[in-house]
Amino acid sequence: MQIKWAALAETAGVSLAVTLGVVVVFALGNLALSRREAAVASGATGKGVPALVAAGVCFAACAAVVGYGISLIASK
Amino acid sequence: METQRPGQSDVTNGTPTPFVVNLPFTEASYGRRGQQRQSDHYDDCLGMEHITFLVAVVIITALAFDFTNGFHDTANAMATSIATGALKPKVAVAIAAVLNFAGAFLSVKVATTISGGIVNEKSGLQPSIIFAALVGAILWNLLTWLKGLPSSSSHALYGGLIGATVVGVGLHGVNFSTVVSKILIPAVASPIVAGLASWGATKLAYLITRGAPKKSTEKGFKRGQMFSSSLISLAHGTNDAQKTMGIITLTLVSAGALHKGAQPPTWVIVSAGLAIALGTYMGGWRIIRSMGSGLADIRPPQGFSSETAAATVILTSSHMGYGLSTTQVCSGGIMGAGLGGPSGKLRWGMVRRMVYTWGLTLPAAAAVSGAAAFVADQGDWGVALVGLALVLGAGSMWLLSRRQPVHADNVNETTQVEVPVTAAPAAPTTTIAA
Repeated sequence: MQIKWAALAETAGVSLAVTLGVVVVFALGNLALSRREAAVASGATGKGVPALVAAGVCFAACAAVVGYGISLIASK
Repeated sequence: METQRPGQSDVTNGTPTPFVVNLPFTEASYGRRGQQRQSDHYDDCLGMEHITFLVAVVIITALAFDFTNGFHDTANAMATSIATGALKPKVAVAIAAVLNFAGAFLSVKVATTISGGIVNEKSGLQPSIIFAALVGAILWNLLTWLKGLPSSSSHALYGGLIGATVVGVGLHGVNFSTVVSKILIPAVASPIVAGLASWGATKLAYLITRGAPKKSTEKGFKRGQMFSSSLISLAHGTNDAQKTMGIITLTLVSAGALHKGAQPPTWVIVSAGLAIALGTYMGGWRIIRSMGSGLADIRPPQGFSSETAAATVILTSSHMGYGLSTTQVCSGGIMGAGLGGPSGKLRWGMVRRMVYTWGLTLPAAAAVSGAAAFVADQGDWGVALVGLALVLGAGSMWLLSRRQPVHADNVNETTQVEVPVTAAPAAPTTTIAA
């Protein structure tokens, strides 16, 4: 019996890294979005823009990962 | 080409002869079986004259399994989204159903094999063996659903195939080393990896958003959950609908209605997709309750973390060719998220019950399917008897479930599903033995 421990470890490692990466980026986007909301609520003009851009970048990155995931399913 | 059509002649008169599969597939043995139908000219069209009683029964049973697979596994994708309120229960199952159906069309590559090598398909999987395997898998799926326990539909099917093959073909029909390396090891490893990833992700999600108002970040995580649970649904539809397509396709091949190596016909893809989508839409509310609120109190950041972990583990490992269980991965993810959350609490009683069920799934389905294979091998009356046992077993479990129904409106209430445990397992086994 041959068990490919390296492949198993690789699968586990990649899964772990991708999960942590996606959740961290999404959480940062979420944080940025709530900063933006706070800035808008405080009425400061233009202060929320960098936060909004940061949130957009974060969510776009997450969307890209999801897109890659779907392409993996489809090409299998 | 023609020599590689195992089992083809064995179903023509509706009386399967199971041990024929052990014949070497040489020209001589092919000739010896004589009286082959000249169906090769009609390779891709479905010759209705090839659909024997047994083949028709197998196709219907395969679709029934697909249906139970759907409602058994709705919880995987949607339990945490429903529990956190990211999606309303009815909306969640509708989305899951649509995506499962869509997933069925994404790929048919896996559909050319049923078992991923755990049983020796080259020796010709008899329709009676496939039928018996499906019966065991369906009954186990229904029993675990009745008890509200998320068990793996794939493992039930694999267990059924192993049990039926051992009885119908013999021990040599099962590749036990593949069972260990492709099923057992991933079965142990994948929930742990998903749990670990989900635990870490939950910790980080709370750490990053700790300064921000909870109301606003939870709204964001709920939105994220819509996407993460949708991705799980899509992956589930692709993986599990393909299993049913594979079963129907191989049965048609063995009956001579399709040539070997044929892609699944469109009607097979559509009906498999429809069966799993309908099952998903039924919503296995008992299991959704167990997973969504039975394991831990899940808040949106935890739900998002566990769903992301589960989706990632499922996609990575199916890309690497491991036949792991969506159910176990998702449950593992929820456990990790529960431990990583602010309270760090997990309902260990439920964890224990789930883990026991996972361990039992393979042998239990194998035992039922083995018995079913023995009876079904006796001929058409045996098949009819097993079919009757299946209907009676499924019906009695449905009736038992009526005593304490769980549905969209009470799915988030935390009272446990308590069904008389002793009555349920007796139903399928005694009817089968009868």
